[in-house]
Amino acid sequence: MNAVAFGRALEQVTQVRGVRGAMLVSGQDGLVVAEQLMEGLRGPAVAALAASLSSRLSRAMGAAGLGIGQFWHLQCEGGALLVVPAASGLLVVAVADPEVNVGLVRLELLRAAEVAR
Amino acid sequence: MTAANVRAVESWTLDPLTTYVQEATARLVLLMTPAGQVLAQSGFSRAVDVMSAAALGAAIIASTTELARQLGQPPFAGLTHQGERQGIFLASFTTERGPLVALVVYDLMASSLGLVQLFFDHLVAELRAASPKAKETRQVLAADFERELNESLNSLFGR
Repeated sequence: MNAVAFGRALEQVTQVRGVRGAMLVSGQDGLVVAEQLMEGLRGPAVAALAASLSSRLSRAMGAAGLGIGQFWHLQCEGGALLVVPAASGLLVVAVADPEVNVGLVRLELLRAAEVAR
Repeated sequence: MTAANVRAVESWTLDPLTTYVQEATARLVLLMTPAGQVLAQSGFSRAVDVMSAAALGAAIIASTTELARQLGQPPFAGLTHQGERQGIFLASFTTERGPLVALVVYDLMASSLGLVQLFFDHLVAELRAASPKAKETRQVLAADFERELNESLNSLFGR
């Protein structure tokens, strides 16, 4: 697991049509570990807020007895936020257009999460 | 957290700090000068805690500034220390009022370093926009010092 491997894994995610950017984020800190973003995307802001959301969702799912989250997809009017938690505590985050192929992005996020394991 | 949790000696810091505490979900915040003079606080319940934290924070800033000077680079922008349940973020920045230091303590269950840093940028921008011009320096007399200190503590704890 190194910066080059992280970069390659994120590149696979961003090659999906409609993906504006992908990041590896420290789940506990909300800090960017690696990123491949289109210009104009505020990486640190997305990372901090996605990690905060992830932490709260994890607690909610834990309280509901649903176990560990595997994939989160937040669909908004102007796009989508997709998150896959890796076993290492890192989060693989993608920001995408509203009409993106979610299944394909999910697959690439899961592959990236394997690299970040 | 409501506005009632934030107390300010200098009222222009109140709104930016209140917003910051809410957005970053910070547990304790201290806004002070690099000399340790407190401008505003949130979350502290005892004067002695504020004074200790201000003195320690100012000492850390002085140490790291000197370390940076010896390394031949500008002062460090920020310093973080993460414990088991809480984290500390200490950073200095400049305003029209002069250089200021913020000490932020956050619970890891409620917030994160990313959130604290993200909204800290907003705090700095808002403080810069609200900041008055630097006061002219004047000689500090012992009697004035004690009176001003008491007035500050009264403002910070609503006495």
